[in-house]
Amino acid sequence: MAHGERHLSAPAAPGLAAHLVVERDRFRLDVDLAVAPGQVVALLGPNGAGKSTSLQTLAGLVPLSDGAVHLAGRCLDDPAAGTFVPAEQRGVGMVFQDYLLFPHLSALENVAFGLRAAGTPRREARATARTWLDRMGLAELSAARPGALSGGQAQRVALARALAPGPSLLLLDEPLAALDAGTRMHVRSELRRHLADFDGCTLVVTHDPLDAMVLADSLVVVEDGRIVQTGSPGQVARAPRTDYVARLVGLNLYRGRAQGHDVAVDGGGLLVVAEQAAGPVFVTFPPSAVALHRTRPEGSARNTWPGRVAGLEQHAATVRVRLDGAPPVLADVTTAAVADLDLTVGASVWASVKATEAHVYPDG
Amino acid sequence: MRGSRRRPGRGTGLPRVLLVPAGLGLAFLVLPLVALVVRAPWRTLPELLLTAQTGQALRLSLLCATAATGLCLVLGVPLAWVLARAQFPGRRLLRALVTVPLVLPPVVGGVALLLLLGRRGLLGQVLDERFGVTLPFTTAAVVIAEAFVAMPFLVIAVEGALRGADRRYEDAAATLGASRFLVFRRVTLPLIAPGVAAGSVLCFARALGEFGATITFAGSFPGVTQTMPIAVYATLESGDADGAIVLSLVLLAVSVTVLVSLRDRWLTGSAT
Repeated sequence: MAHGERHLSAPAAPGLAAHLVVERDRFRLDVDLAVAPGQVVALLGPNGAGKSTSLQTLAGLVPLSDGAVHLAGRCLDDPAAGTFVPAEQRGVGMVFQDYLLFPHLSALENVAFGLRAAGTPRREARATARTWLDRMGLAELSAARPGALSGGQAQRVALARALAPGPSLLLLDEPLAALDAGTRMHVRSELRRHLADFDGCTLVVTHDPLDAMVLADSLVVVEDGRIVQTGSPGQVARAPRTDYVARLVGLNLYRGRAQGHDVAVDGGGLLVVAEQAAGPVFVTFPPSAVALHRTRPEGSARNTWPGRVAGLEQHAATVRVRLDGAPPVLADVTTAAVADLDLTVGASVWASVKATEAHVYPDG
Repeated sequence: MRGSRRRPGRGTGLPRVLLVPAGLGLAFLVLPLVALVVRAPWRTLPELLLTAQTGQALRLSLLCATAATGLCLVLGVPLAWVLARAQFPGRRLLRALVTVPLVLPPVVGGVALLLLLGRRGLLGQVLDERFGVTLPFTTAAVVIAEAFVAMPFLVIAVEGALRGADRRYEDAAATLGASRFLVFRRVTLPLIAPGVAAGSVLCFARALGEFGATITFAGSFPGVTQTMPIAVYATLESGDADGAIVLSLVLLAVSVTVLVSLRDRWLTGSAT
């Protein structure tokens, strides 16, 4: 990323173009974001990566230290030029993690709040709010106070409240984090449907890869205040570029140096891959591609190496085995295999992976 | 397991030696009130209650305490907001100044008010010469004296409520396009309503019982500035003990009512 240049802040762009820089005591956020109208971009990253701070700068709740925010051709924040448009004048809607529905107002009044603030007469604001609640399937709950709503209902009211004033940018901060696992799946697909109906720009912050994959057209992965990877959900899932992303999508990931079919893994170990490559590369393969053996295998697999079981974890029908070795590896085996191989923590085993299962792609 | 067999009431581990001063303390607080109730002229009570003087003083007290509470709300809520939210040098000093009337002897407050608003006072002189307005020894002076003494109670209660309120609701309102004043009116104020109500009740109770500042700044003119506490004092001075007891009983009844309303509606309500 080239800092200093405002390469993404083209003022004429119809969507969101932002270069966000926030400096704090021991943290620096520096990310470039571009969202086209109608597009849903997910900002994915671990806790403390700067995702929420990014949303707050876009909403106008936190000023930028440097960089700029342009939305629909309008400059919202540019410290170098002395421009800062306060939150209430931005036309940026936000759904907060715990929704923050006003506890003293009914669901209907919550949704009508933004319209009333914009000067819409009470009767008209209420009628519009009612159609929004209808669309969310909450018509019967319009008189309910937020305290009487379930998590999923509250989330939909919060979404309706944010969308009702007609924002050009919608921000969602961990929209599903406050829900229990049971309602989460249902609310996630509902949310996807509602976001598809919205023709403005949408930015979703999440630490859950499934939320990001389902909701977004495009992913931006942030770690320690910087973008580490961007791409479609498919691209990111197939070719992770950091350990964090690899863990999220459940792949073994190695960084190394390739020469022909051989990859010397950083930190020790050699992997043989089917595709030819040269220079710094990533190698990935799923834990299900790893077979474990009590003795050195004689089969066709090109990669075999010894290791020691460091951990066992039940995953639905399989057991994920963490193996220390060169390189360390995650293997998914059946519960029966665990019994047959007598796998316990500390046991010595051999791992094998077919060269054809390993996917290699350049680093950088 | 002896601990689990302990009978309820013995589990607190209270040193018994403390029970004696605790009992004396309780008696010290309650016995004077008991004496007031016991000595009350219950037989002649109805006619004493219905005298013109009692009704007049009670009406004036309620009117002035209500007006003072209103004045404190109009001025005190914004002041609390500044103390809780604004960042400026000297904020701590300002906060200390606001609480001075809490610890200041009320009679000193009365003298101070005279020196500011009296006929020869800093501001009073101007008011008198330019507008022909004289404040001391009027009903308005009673309201001012009561507000001076009672406002810190309101400011402190509201400031605490503001500090405890979740400011992210205000952020949410701002993202919905609400101006700062609209946010304050439609989000902040409703959120801190229990704190404002508790502060108002405390403020009202303090204003109702105000004596020192009022008698100094407003004097003791029946029907104009003679509120209930001043009437109690004046009646006792004139040798009419029964009259003073009756007036005291009325004040006690009003105070207990205020206390009960405070407990049931606001103190327990805001804690949940």
